Amino acid sequence: MNKWSGLRVYALIYLAFLYAPILLLPLFAFNDAAIIAFPLTGFSTRWFEQLWTTQALHQALRNSLFIATITSILATLLGVCAARAGTLANFPGKRGFLGFVMLPLVLPEIVIAVALLVVVRQVLDLDLSNWTVIAAHTVICIPFSIAILNGAFQNLDSSFEEAAMDLGETRWGAFRLVILPLVFPGIISSLLICFIISLDDFVIAQFLTGANPTMPVYIYGLTRFVDALPLIMALGTILVTISIALLIVAEYFRRRGVARAGLKDTGGFL
Amino acid sequence: MGIFDTSPRARAAALVAPPFAYALLLLAVPLISIVLISFWTQTGLTLSRVFTLDNYREIFSGPIYIWGNQNRWGVLPLSLFVSATVTLVTVLLAYPVAYFVSFHVAPQRKSLWLFLITIPFWTSYLIRVFLWKVILGYNGVVNTGLIELGLIQEPLDFLLYNLNSVIITLSHAYAVFAILPIYVALEKIDRSLLEAAQDLGENRFTTFVRVTLPLSVPGIVGSVLIVFIPTIGDYVTPELMLGAGGRLISNVIQTQFLQLNNWPLGAALSIITMLAVGVVSLVFILLNQRWLRGRG
Repeated sequence: MNKWSGLRVYALIYLAFLYAPILLLPLFAFNDAAIIAFPLTGFSTRWFEQLWTTQALHQALRNSLFIATITSILATLLGVCAARAGTLANFPGKRGFLGFVMLPLVLPEIVIAVALLVVVRQVLDLDLSNWTVIAAHTVICIPFSIAILNGAFQNLDSSFEEAAMDLGETRWGAFRLVILPLVFPGIISSLLICFIISLDDFVIAQFLTGANPTMPVYIYGLTRFVDALPLIMALGTILVTISIALLIVAEYFRRRGVARAGLKDTGGFL
Repeated sequence: MGIFDTSPRARAAALVAPPFAYALLLLAVPLISIVLISFWTQTGLTLSRVFTLDNYREIFSGPIYIWGNQNRWGVLPLSLFVSATVTLVTVLLAYPVAYFVSFHVAPQRKSLWLFLITIPFWTSYLIRVFLWKVILGYNGVVNTGLIELGLIQEPLDFLLYNLNSVIITLSHAYAVFAILPIYVALEKIDRSLLEAAQDLGENRFTTFVRVTLPLSVPGIVGSVLIVFIPTIGDYVTPELMLGAGGRLISNVIQTQFLQLNNWPLGAALSIITMLAVGVVSLVFILLNQRWLRGRG
């Protein structure tokens, strides 16, 4: 096969298109100019220093980290329940139930945000806070968690659990000692993916955030100020670096899980 | 530990209860609530809970939302048009990539390729959209770069603040959604069918058109839907790329909720939008099924 066939060249150009915006981030984040344009004027870390001293930003970051941590734990717990139930047995309405829980994947995000806003403010009459964002983020994270964990649970051989119980373990013991270690990589990658989704989400956060904005909402506020552009670039560089680092860890665990289950790697999270 | 000893079916039901309750409370109840509130009315600060079709009447009577006039499309048809265009562009551009990874990449390198394709998707969406604004802007990266290289004298002004920029940005944002379903469908194709076609005298091109392409149709349908549906709800991209003025339906909804404080009208608009998206998707699926059946 021709190594430089037309298709390969096209695929590489496409990859370049996918990465172009991200590669520009560090270029301008370390550029010593207040406007984002060529030519570059020189290396500088002053935008990062400015980020370091912006208090409002730190508060937003703390909020986002708090929300993302709780969301990922909640969504993964519920995802484990659903995925385990899905592989245990067939019961009436199973397809309907799973379809319903996966619904957020095909609903426009603004609809979910608006609907939850109406419930929180009109029906329940609660104030908006970090917890309303957590509740909403969990809704959109569960489908991803289930998709990842389904893979992990479906690969399980049910005779492992039976063997453990024949050897005297209780069902809980069998779950903790046999099943949990086997699906553990799936749980880690579900936690990480939900964490990233929550950390990145803007639409739902904008509707449901209380007095303290999350990180993306704060960034969105910055986009209105022309002189904040390089700051956004610096912040973006940090966020993208964190995302990629988390992704690599998640991918490592996913592959380990696939290898543990003794399967061929088919690649990809989704 | 009662539930641990019962039948698998009972245990499955017990396990399914928490996620189901959660989805019921935070998905079904909210969706029912917006339907309900769309039949109420808001005047100034007072919310009237009397059942009325006023919001829907307002949406369907004026030119703004649906019908448009000579100079301007209605917001909803324009948004559907933009989403459809984005979908077409995204899926057309994505297909060859999915095909390349499935058919031309060695099996042990496939997951690396998929990983490389997915990475940009997981990086901050807001920042990616914003970067396109910076790239395409009047004094942006493309313009200043081209001027620096001496290729143009004046900045190009057709890059930003029009629908092209929305389409470029959204095609970039949803690329992964388009690639993965097509890739999965292509992976499922039995490779011996392709050999059989070639043994029976097809060349590589006709094999693709008559075997590979029809067999990958489920993947194409999947990616069309998974791109089309969320793009209609995206208000960040139009907001940043169009500036004031050329607003799409999701911006209108967002404004009703967060600025004009007319939730009932916003809710009615959300429902009309969902219905429109649902109808377009269903028509697409049905046409596609008929086409597949027509081929035998």
